[in-house]
Amino acid sequence: MNWDTVIGLEIHVQLATKTKIFSGASTAYGAEPNTQACAIDLAMPGTLPVLNKQAVNYAIMFGLAIDAEIGQVSAFERKNYFYPDLPKGYQTTQLEKPIVGPGNVEIQLGDGSTKNIRIHHAHLEEDAGKSLHEGSFNSRFSGIDLNRAGTPLIEIVSEPDMTNAEEAIAFAKKIHSIVTSIGICDGEMSQGSMRFDVNVSIKPSGSETLGTRTETKNLNSFKFMEEAIKREVARQIDVLEDGGSIVQETRLYNGETKVARSMRSKEEANDYRYFPCPDLLPVVVSDEQVAELRRNLPELPDARQARFVEQYSLSEYDAGILSSDAAMANYFEAVTTVCSNAKLAANWTMGELSARLNNEDLGIANSPVSAEQLAGLIVRIADNSISGKMAKEVFEAIWAGEGSADEVIDARGLKQVSDSGALEQMVVDVLAANQAMVDDYINTDEAKRKKKLGGFMGQIMKASKGQANPQQVNQILAKKLNELL
Amino acid sequence: MHNLTIAELVKGLQNKEFTSVELTQHFLNRIANLDPAYNAVITVTAEQALQAAAAADQRLAAGNAPDLCGVPILHKDIFCTEGVRTSCGSKMLDNFIPPYNATVVENFEQAGAVVLGKTNMDEFAMGSSNETSFYGPVKNPWATDSVPGGSSGGSAAAVAARLAPGATATDTGGSIRQPAALCGISGIKPTYGRVSRWGMIAFASSLDQGGPMARTAEDCALLLNCMASYDDKDSTCIDREVPDYTAGLNRSVKGLRIGVPKEYFSAGLHQGTEQAVRAALAKLEEQGAELIEISLPNSALSVPAYYVIAPAEASANLSRFDGARYGYRCEDPKDLEDMYCRSRAEGFGEEVQRRILIGTYCLSAGYYDAYYGKSQQVRQLIQQDFVNAFENVDLIMGPTCPSPAFKFGSKGDDPVAMYLEDIYTIATNLAGLPGMSIPCGMVEDKPVGLQIIGNYFDEAGILNAAHQYQQATDWHVQAPEGIA
Repeated sequence: MNWDTVIGLEIHVQLATKTKIFSGASTAYGAEPNTQACAIDLAMPGTLPVLNKQAVNYAIMFGLAIDAEIGQVSAFERKNYFYPDLPKGYQTTQLEKPIVGPGNVEIQLGDGSTKNIRIHHAHLEEDAGKSLHEGSFNSRFSGIDLNRAGTPLIEIVSEPDMTNAEEAIAFAKKIHSIVTSIGICDGEMSQGSMRFDVNVSIKPSGSETLGTRTETKNLNSFKFMEEAIKREVARQIDVLEDGGSIVQETRLYNGETKVARSMRSKEEANDYRYFPCPDLLPVVVSDEQVAELRRNLPELPDARQARFVEQYSLSEYDAGILSSDAAMANYFEAVTTVCSNAKLAANWTMGELSARLNNEDLGIANSPVSAEQLAGLIVRIADNSISGKMAKEVFEAIWAGEGSADEVIDARGLKQVSDSGALEQMVVDVLAANQAMVDDYINTDEAKRKKKLGGFMGQIMKASKGQANPQQVNQILAKKLNELL
Repeated sequence: MHNLTIAELVKGLQNKEFTSVELTQHFLNRIANLDPAYNAVITVTAEQALQAAAAADQRLAAGNAPDLCGVPILHKDIFCTEGVRTSCGSKMLDNFIPPYNATVVENFEQAGAVVLGKTNMDEFAMGSSNETSFYGPVKNPWATDSVPGGSSGGSAAAVAARLAPGATATDTGGSIRQPAALCGISGIKPTYGRVSRWGMIAFASSLDQGGPMARTAEDCALLLNCMASYDDKDSTCIDREVPDYTAGLNRSVKGLRIGVPKEYFSAGLHQGTEQAVRAALAKLEEQGAELIEISLPNSALSVPAYYVIAPAEASANLSRFDGARYGYRCEDPKDLEDMYCRSRAEGFGEEVQRRILIGTYCLSAGYYDAYYGKSQQVRQLIQQDFVNAFENVDLIMGPTCPSPAFKFGSKGDDPVAMYLEDIYTIATNLAGLPGMSIPCGMVEDKPVGLQIIGNYFDEAGILNAAHQYQQATDWHVQAPEGIA
């Protein structure tokens, strides 16, 4: 039997505010545990929340980016459950009146087609702390780090509009691209800045009735998400084809061990007893506030892609990749501004640089090679000072901190020899020193002579310590050998 | 000195008739000598009080000190006090020492008031008799076999016994007005949002409001001047200028339209209480006020609506007391669930647990609409009743509570009978209106309270009428036997 897959996503996006959603404590990542949790975050008695206005603005900006309705009056609710990383015993979130209403996100697929994914809504809420079940402390205890508690989030809830892992990943990447482009999230997946819950169900091909869904929670990389979806779809097909039925449940997927397991079934689900939070007034958003945010909304990925095609004559594909990540787009533009060669800037940014960054698990913002340094390298490639092969060596040296392209080229004596007089002399010397090879060349059938050129090239490049301009040497060599025939 | 009003103490301090240190020592002595009979004060902060008094005396000597500089007061133990145990009347917080002050505490500290200690209260402000306190019940100074009312019973009893000239209190469903009535003192619950809730341990956030207790309306005005403030740490606090509440006290009540809700004089009202309240209304009429019978048709729904909304909010507000970060934790928890269950079962008293269960039930899936949703609708109706009434009257008056102070244990087995204690006070909390209780008579040698309800932010109007009444009567100067 053939099966259709139905996927919906809930995406938690940490907002890049300096302070928490209801307190003045810092949201900076990586501090010592519990050093960024104030009395409010610790839910000390008598403390009260005060809403962070910047978090509201960021949520509205997301709404504007996906062309959503902005709730003129939104409200906070309490979601009640006990857990040590939730100090108040309830999460302050939005249920009935979210700040961002229905919207739309267009995704691009591998075959070049596009698809619209509907957003059901997005709401503001606070993040929980972290439970640490292992580590340096006594193994009889679990540790709680409340630094993250109260970090502002928007939870973006999609309609179940995706039909396979590719679409889900494309959608997730598009959301990543949007929130980083408008600057409301740092996009650092490894630090938990974006986390995905994936709802998956399957149904017989063509059926109108949705199957029972499962939710796999808290995936924090595109790769894990893709694996989790594929495994879950396969699992559901196995279950149904073996005559079983899918249990509505919450599942976890461990990306390291590649193991998925059930966390709790619907029957075990909490009754969260939502009710309006009496400590917070409804959030009233004025038309002026929305207009102001709309005016100042940074360029969106789609608009940037179109501009890159137009302004830099890049292909749709290249422009798409470069514009998907705000930091990469900014880097590319900075390189291009200095070197005035968009094609090479695009190739190097997406190619060598991205590959190297990926290998080292670095974001482009932390690239050891600055945009200015890469531009300097491209200038020397473009003016033929160095060959492509040399360029890779220079790039590695810049990466290692040896300075600018020119400094590396000087220090290592890598300048390409393009002086035709000097090259001609080199060719003549090599031919004179290798009379046997010359005779062999002359005596070979014309059709096979071309193959013999490589031997001369090798000798010449060796003689020039690799600095001879290969294209020029090729031309001179062919000319000189022809004269001998 | 303990028979002087705060207004008189302010004058005496500023005229150097006595020092704050003398005054403070006098009240500390009274607490030490008399309070064992009442149990009104949980924590006495003698050393800090005397230091604060000495500092106040310096400020007074320098001149231009604020009104309350050097005046001793007590704080209800629901207000967080930096470095001083804040128990909320519960075993759960018996070991809790806040690292911060409530805004109310901060306001009095800024003004130079001297804090003598923290007063007893019903656990987490849940109760109308002070019998739910972990620290034992407070005894009514007028009749020590009877309750002082609650939840601010400790503050009310302390003021009645002249252990302090004034005290802070809080009111979620009547917790300032009912104990004020039962202890024969004055107490005002301001408009919701007038006094900051920052650092005031939450019972039901949409209903809780801090307010002062003292013997006279004028003293309440003096305390409220200090207590009320806009506070950006409390999102529900309203940014509105605080008037000088003492400035408007001398307006005549001539022509004042007083609404008298017929629903507040129905069956269940003690005859003696009714007579005293009717007499007080007649007195005001005699002073020139006009009495207008009005109807608050949804009054009967206020108790049931309150006992859904308040427990619902409380069930969430009290979730933070989980044994994890502060407060009581059970011995040797076997696992997380055991820590939660036993810490809360052992740390909370019976009434608190009852209300958490009621609230949890009312918010549960399948019950929310029928209970919480419906109660919110009722709340709107009750509020609308008052809005309609205030189109035709300036103030609303009636009894504060149905009967004078009852004996300990007499309602202990019947929570609903206890809940009906607040039948006349709860509606103003649901509507967010200001309300006051002042003494207006005696029944069976126990005080009776007159309740005065005002329109939003008309604390000045309420205090004025109360003050005018007190100018013409002497119920507020009477003292329990052996006290004056």
